[in-house]
Amino acid sequence: MGDTLNINNKAQQQNTFDAIVIGSGISGGWAAKELTEKGLKVLMLERGRNFEHLKDYKSASKDIWEFPHHGRVTQEELKRHPVIARTWGTYEPIIDYWANDVEAPYVEIKPFKWWRAYQFGGRSILWGRQSYRWSDFDFEGNAKDGWAIDWPIRYKDIEPWYDYVEEFIGVSGSIENIPQLPDGHFTPPMDLTCVEKDVSARIKEKFGRHMIIGRSANTTIPKEGRTNCQFRNRCWEGCPFGGYFSTQSSTFPAAMKSGNLTMRPWSIVTKILYDKDTKKATGVEVLDADNNQTYQYFSKIVFVNASALNSAWVLMNSATDIWPEGLGSSSGELGHNIMDHHYNVGASGTVEGYEDKYYYGRRPNGFYIVRFANLFGDKRDFLRGFGYQGSGSRENWSRSVAELSIGGAYKDALTEPGQWTIGMTGFGELLPYHENKIYLDKNKKDKWGLPVLAMDAELKDNELKMRKAIREEAVAMLEASGVKNINSWDNGHEIGDGIHEMGSARMGNDPKTSVLNKWNQVWDAQNVFVTDGAFMVSSACQNPSLTYMAMTARAANHAVEELKKGNI
Amino acid sequence: MDRREALSRVALIMGGTIIGAEAFLSGCKNPPAKEGLFSTEDVALLDEVGDTILPTTAASPGAKAAQIGAFMKVIVTDCYTPEDQKIFTDGIIKLQDAAQKKYSKSFMEMSPEQRTEFLIALDKEANDRSKEIAANDSKLTDEQKHERKLQQDLGTYKRPVEDDPHYFSLIKQLTLWGYFTSKPGATQALRYVAVPGSYQGCIPYKKGDKAWAT
Repeated sequence: MGDTLNINNKAQQQNTFDAIVIGSGISGGWAAKELTEKGLKVLMLERGRNFEHLKDYKSASKDIWEFPHHGRVTQEELKRHPVIARTWGTYEPIIDYWANDVEAPYVEIKPFKWWRAYQFGGRSILWGRQSYRWSDFDFEGNAKDGWAIDWPIRYKDIEPWYDYVEEFIGVSGSIENIPQLPDGHFTPPMDLTCVEKDVSARIKEKFGRHMIIGRSANTTIPKEGRTNCQFRNRCWEGCPFGGYFSTQSSTFPAAMKSGNLTMRPWSIVTKILYDKDTKKATGVEVLDADNNQTYQYFSKIVFVNASALNSAWVLMNSATDIWPEGLGSSSGELGHNIMDHHYNVGASGTVEGYEDKYYYGRRPNGFYIVRFANLFGDKRDFLRGFGYQGSGSRENWSRSVAELSIGGAYKDALTEPGQWTIGMTGFGELLPYHENKIYLDKNKKDKWGLPVLAMDAELKDNELKMRKAIREEAVAMLEASGVKNINSWDNGHEIGDGIHEMGSARMGNDPKTSVLNKWNQVWDAQNVFVTDGAFMVSSACQNPSLTYMAMTARAANHAVEELKKGNI
Repeated sequence: MDRREALSRVALIMGGTIIGAEAFLSGCKNPPAKEGLFSTEDVALLDEVGDTILPTTAASPGAKAAQIGAFMKVIVTDCYTPEDQKIFTDGIIKLQDAAQKKYSKSFMEMSPEQRTEFLIALDKEANDRSKEIAANDSKLTDEQKHERKLQQDLGTYKRPVEDDPHYFSLIKQLTLWGYFTSKPGATQALRYVAVPGSYQGCIPYKKGDKAWAT
């Protein structure tokens, strides 16, 4: 065990904090903010480089023509990103925001797209910002269907924490009074386009379904230290205005203001140090990704926020002398029940009659069609449901022009906006299956000689049936709204591609069937909290980050209370 | 970009309007091209071809003002697969041969009217090719498409020759994309506002108003 290393007392003292947070992304940033603001001395560990707000957004004030390839990635760049090369994430200004897939490989037992960002702020820089609350239809889903295990919490447990995080991060959205998608504390909503408004009205009239403006963590009013969204729609390059929520723009400045935060980049946590006598973690071991030295840091509590799959990886590598499969594996569920949201299935078409309408600005958001399947009497041949995200806009120069192919008239025609189109993709719930799993492949090593994850997860019958419905319902709604030239598709879905991987260390009421208790504490080491997507018991169909934030703030509050009481 | 935009790009690929859009999404997976795929004369020729596709009009400058020949050279050299590089560079030779055959002079020596007439015919040829490719694609079963996707992910996919794009489709698409994302294209042919500051979802549009660059 690492904690038997001979470290002198002074060094140990210097390396001792009240809390350690593993990871600096969406949930790690929230853990650091909450714990430091409550007075704890916190060490935040990031496995990649530092990445500073404003200073490191190198492309943010450049125009597209200032990039040698106008946004297209070069082959040299793609060599470092063979996984991202299979996705829509290849864009010249941000290609290096993605992890180097070659240095940190993984094994695909079944096809798996793992979108990783190994730098300070993690994927909070690159995320899609869609922010939706869950409802009790979601928290009660497993129990009602008799699927997997019950969630140990209900909406009332998380509701005040949704309020709390929304207020801080700034979520723009509209008040709708929809039971399955509770309203939040929103900043003013963005507009729907003319076409979206009318399609929304027709869908409401003909189906009783809700097509609303997306709820997006782009604040439409200024927040402390942040300007409101400027509608450039270049969020993922890093926003020089702080217009959207990221660790850099929001939680990190708050944590720094407390004076209690130490941030250490290049810190790959190789294990959590565990003391079998006290049955608690004592700290972590870190491999410095830059100089390959090993360091130990000590703390009263550890928050694990390395992203769902890497958090499971850290647990799998910890306390293996007690549990060969790692800390939290006593239930047999660590690394199992891997979920995601499946998409790449939808429909689009053209809309006539709005030639005298247009829009101003670039909206970093679209519309959202709220789940309707298997709710309020709707009954399907599959469990759970799906939502849709999409947008309606006018075509640009990349369209074809009738009767013209070359020359001045052709060029001038292309300088005007084309016809209106509208399109959407479903986002479907994926059930937790024990056999959808990840595990350590000890034969394959990464650049630092560490074992890598093997991914063995796939869509099953329930999801495939759902995808048929997603496609058919998309066509039906567009048809009923008068949309023409409808084209529908199902391009298949590899797990991970939703960038919502989750479930690897689920919470529950029973230590025999879950890794974490209802406060996100590892049953087998109650001063270890896992509050990223790993804790999820089911996936619902809403984008999950807001729920991770709320659950992290809730767990941090609980951790500090328990510390005060001397319980951990 | 986000998933909604990725979605609209997918729609464009499916509509067959952007040849090489797949390469835009997946980039190039092959070793870097050696120096010198293009001569100075090639770049000058591509400037003229590009400027015939998108010439200067009363409203805005043409593709040459965006150094479209040099742009094509950069993209083909840095981002194209060797297969597409060959189609493109062979295409330059084919284009010159066809011009010589039809007009008994080089493209550079042809009048603007001749150039336009020549490229309209070439564009038709390229469109016919695109239709054939789309027809090939529509013959594939869902399983075959899935298999192709897996091979593309694994990097083992080899595009059959009958699915090779026409070289003029490549030239035309690089011209359009290069021009409308260039400074003159985005700011003079189209309307560009670097920092809109607000969003209005539904405003009046009158015929003749320029489209937003992005």
